[in-house]
Amino acid sequence: MRVGPLGDAAAYAEFSDTLDLEINEGLHSLALTLRTRAPAWVRDIVPALTGIAVHFDPEHEELPAAPLEAAETLVRESIEAMPWRSTGRVIEVPVCYDPEFALDIVEVAGRSGIEPEDIAARHTRSEHRVLMVGFAPGLPYLAGLDPALALPRRATPRTRVPAGSVAVANLQTTVYPFETPGGWSVIGRTPLVLFDPAREAPSLFSPGDRVRFVAISRSDYARLK
Amino acid sequence: MSLRVAKPGLLTTVQDGGRWGLQHLGVVPGGAMDRVALTLANALVGNRSGEGALEVTLLGPTVEFEDDVLVALCGAQFDASAGDVELPRDRPVFLPAGTALTLRRAARGTRAYLAVAGGIAVEPLLGSRSTYLPARFGGLEGRALRAGDLLALAPNAAQLAAERYERLSARASSRGGVRSVRWSAPALTLPEHEPIVLHAMPGRHHDEFDDESRRAFFDAVWRVSPDSNRMGFRLAGPALARPRGGEILSEPTCLGTVQVPANGAPIVLMADHQTTGGYPRVAEVAGADVPRLAQLAPGATLRFALCTLGEALELRAALNARVQAALRAISWEYGG
Repeated sequence: MRVGPLGDAAAYAEFSDTLDLEINEGLHSLALTLRTRAPAWVRDIVPALTGIAVHFDPEHEELPAAPLEAAETLVRESIEAMPWRSTGRVIEVPVCYDPEFALDIVEVAGRSGIEPEDIAARHTRSEHRVLMVGFAPGLPYLAGLDPALALPRRATPRTRVPAGSVAVANLQTTVYPFETPGGWSVIGRTPLVLFDPAREAPSLFSPGDRVRFVAISRSDYARLK
Repeated sequence: MSLRVAKPGLLTTVQDGGRWGLQHLGVVPGGAMDRVALTLANALVGNRSGEGALEVTLLGPTVEFEDDVLVALCGAQFDASAGDVELPRDRPVFLPAGTALTLRRAARGTRAYLAVAGGIAVEPLLGSRSTYLPARFGGLEGRALRAGDLLALAPNAAQLAAERYERLSARASSRGGVRSVRWSAPALTLPEHEPIVLHAMPGRHHDEFDDESRRAFFDAVWRVSPDSNRMGFRLAGPALARPRGGEILSEPTCLGTVQVPANGAPIVLMADHQTTGGYPRVAEVAGADVPRLAQLAPGATLRFALCTLGEALELRAALNARVQAALRAISWEYGG
């Protein structure tokens, strides 16, 4: 583990240079432990793909004189105190892979040599894991993509990807919670609302969750929407 | 008790001290772009420092108050009037019921904060009243204010205005019913002569940029691009090259992170920044200098000066000391 500054009001503890699923799962357990042990001057704990950020309140009256060192101590103590577990939840996500929603499925088929119908089959067959939630509220980074579907990001990002779009890049899947720009290839759309600030748990996904995609028809999509 | 928006201005939103504790769910902290100005505006009307206020941008709104209120305007210097008198800046101003407050153009700086005694009473969402425009939540219906909007104030706003104004020492005489004081709080974040200088620490990928780019980052005069917003300020200048190192894994970001996409043009992450990002970071702007950056408009110029983490923390402490001194002075004017 290497701990370094992130700006002057956060520390970043990095556990690996490369994406390792075991380490990533450990990060989410560590984040839960950190959250229960964090002093009042810590205001955000953000597990990412290969490390965890600890954000401070720089004006907090209890902030130690050397916050970076204090954050490192906090992380080390939390590692020792940590029970090793994932959230244990499995979330089913209905997806309509119809070309009307799957804006890039024909292109993905062309580049991967896999028929559009098989893309849905391969995507639903594997179990995906939430590596982190980031970028935008509720947006998950999921591992577990069938390597046959792994393609680089689009050369030119779309300026607008519709909300609910399920998209792939490299060995990951994401789901766009809102209409945003995006460079991943869209292969379907879910009717689920990923983020609703009025819900008790605003984000559908939490880091450490397991995810299964379930193929649905256009009429099912319309009914669930 | 409410505030009516007669003209919305260019971009007027409700902002507070930010929405903290949810970055692990991708929820950005957001909040006021210039936190120092927000803190001072709130203190001047007797609010706690992170209370909700209006953030106004470049071209201000016209708002009307149906009852008596105590307001303060801090941050960018707007040409502003209350009824038919000039609105004094950086101080508490008592406005009688029915007064129209018009903020015209920012003469210096870009963002001002209009605080009202008792705060803006929109319902907090996930612990904050800040407006987050991309996901359309927080503030008033997750959007910028529009003409005709009614924005709730504290139910006892008029009573607070009377009580708090009464406590102030050195009150000036009334002008058209608009009353204020003879003192003002210091403006701590207004941009000085351009290019303004921002302190910055090397970012995590700084060493992967080529020699020329590393020099250019600290030598060049950068211009704030027109496509800058609350999420990030894009900078125009020399293209920065990072020949070594390919794609990087997405990592947490923070306020002031300077990312460089493949096109070589840096982006400084501002209040509504994404919580994680996959572009290499050439630098991190010292937190103490971010409020001054927030006061720049597109077209303004800046330079970066290399600093260490220790120096960035000293700058923070120095700024915080000036803010605390101003808060003590305001508190003294309120009779301790």
